[in-house]
Amino acid sequence: MIERIIISGFGGQGVMFLGKLISWAAMRENKFVTFLPAYGAEVRGGTSHCSIIISDREIASPCVEQTDTLIAMNQPSVDKFIGLAAKGSEVFINSSMAKSLPDNISVKINSIPFSDIASKLGNIKSANMAALGAYIGRKKVLSKEGILKLLPEAFKNNPKLIQLNTQAMEEGLKNG
Amino acid sequence: MRNQKPETRNQKILLSGNEAIAKGAIDAGCRFYAGYPITPQNEIIAYMAQHMPEAGGVFIQSESELAAINMVFGALASGARAMTSSSSPGISLMQEGISYIAAAELPAVIINIMRAGPGLGNIWPAQSDYFQAVKSGGHGDYHCLVFAPASVQEAYDLTVLSFELADKYRIPVIILGDGMLGQMMEPVTAEAAEKPQRPQKKIWAATGCKGRKPNVVKSFYLNMGELEQFNLKLQEKYQDIRHREQRYETFNTDDAEIILVAYGMMARLAKKAVESLREKGHKVGLLRPISLWPYPADILKEIISRQPSVRFLVVEMSYGQMLEDVQLTVNGRVKVDFLGRSGGGVPSEEEIINRVRRIAG
Repeated sequence: MIERIIISGFGGQGVMFLGKLISWAAMRENKFVTFLPAYGAEVRGGTSHCSIIISDREIASPCVEQTDTLIAMNQPSVDKFIGLAAKGSEVFINSSMAKSLPDNISVKINSIPFSDIASKLGNIKSANMAALGAYIGRKKVLSKEGILKLLPEAFKNNPKLIQLNTQAMEEGLKNG
Repeated sequence: MRNQKPETRNQKILLSGNEAIAKGAIDAGCRFYAGYPITPQNEIIAYMAQHMPEAGGVFIQSESELAAINMVFGALASGARAMTSSSSPGISLMQEGISYIAAAELPAVIINIMRAGPGLGNIWPAQSDYFQAVKSGGHGDYHCLVFAPASVQEAYDLTVLSFELADKYRIPVIILGDGMLGQMMEPVTAEAAEKPQRPQKKIWAATGCKGRKPNVVKSFYLNMGELEQFNLKLQEKYQDIRHREQRYETFNTDDAEIILVAYGMMARLAKKAVESLREKGHKVGLLRPISLWPYPADILKEIISRQPSVRFLVVEMSYGQMLEDVQLTVNGRVKVDFLGRSGGGVPSEEEIINRVRRIAG
């Protein structure tokens, strides 16, 4: 099993956090995992992305040159990375912020309004967790139980956020 | 996520390469850190700022790299395990201090998370400080031990080892990484945290001489002949290290017709290329130097005498720096090819595969 993921979006959309959470969950499930952030002049409002590889065996290179899963949280991310999506792979698009979808390509497009889902729950910043919900629903790489166990640890400095993020994840899972 | 505590012994934690180096240092008993911020190694300083006080050590954000290396010089002279870190331009600024530390035979650990150069360059991964690290970047006939980790776990382990060897040989040790290693996160087992290090007492340190003869830590030998005697002693030490401390990893080299030679993160990409080429039946292997000084020359010579028709392809994020050490070792006996990019570009798996195919004909 090898799962190559790119998560991309505006700075501030929680792209790095989601990438780390997925990596953390994979580690807890005793998988090999690498997390490689884009670490350049990324700023709030600019586009930012990270690459994750999860595998049953040792991972040679952490660089993702083709994706099994692409999570694109805005339009520039769709445009930039859709070309890397492998044939038959899953692509999750935040349709609240990406209106023009690729056609004529052989990937499974999941077009879901993650930002709107999050806004309805009261905090647009939890759109990343809605995307996580959709991801774990469609792809059985990580277990929901594993993620649920991690959230209290991830937000231990701000317990209010545990409930919000769990809700956002559940909503994403329903819509996925 | 930054402060995850392992719940049970040996449970893995998710760390970036930079954090793993900083944690490795503290777990190895480093209790003095001075540094000046520069991307892509700022997570080392951030980790030290937070955790060094918890460990009862000293953290100083110095006013410059010159100040940082000289503060470390002072801490080392007084017997502490001490470290600094920077990235390429900052390491250039430290060279005078590193030369003094080498001459004073002090056990410094110096981290260089390289960025692309020359000059201020940019913050992308590069390996263009190889010459500076392994050929003694400052003035004088000296060497630093140089290690090049290729994973976050190895970054942690080699940092711990660096403190041990620095003390053992009284020599500065450089860890040479790049921005990719510093920024990427992988699971780490922090073994050294389980068995706290107890550095030996340093009888040569300047700790206050009440009741004994004063210790002198210096790098100044003005009397004719004195410095030459000292240099000969250093050379003996370096020769000893050359014999004992060569470290490397081989991957699929036994039957290989073409062997890639790459270190650090470049070796990870090369390993991926080897895996892909093997699937297609190409007899390709990888030699990954872990110690860059001393260079693992013995294994290269052993491979050549076992497989005289072998060819090497050196792959680097530079325009051919480690290449020279491979050529020196091989000494014309087998063919050595080179693939390198620098300035922020990283040779991709595809580029490596294409080059191997061309060599294989």
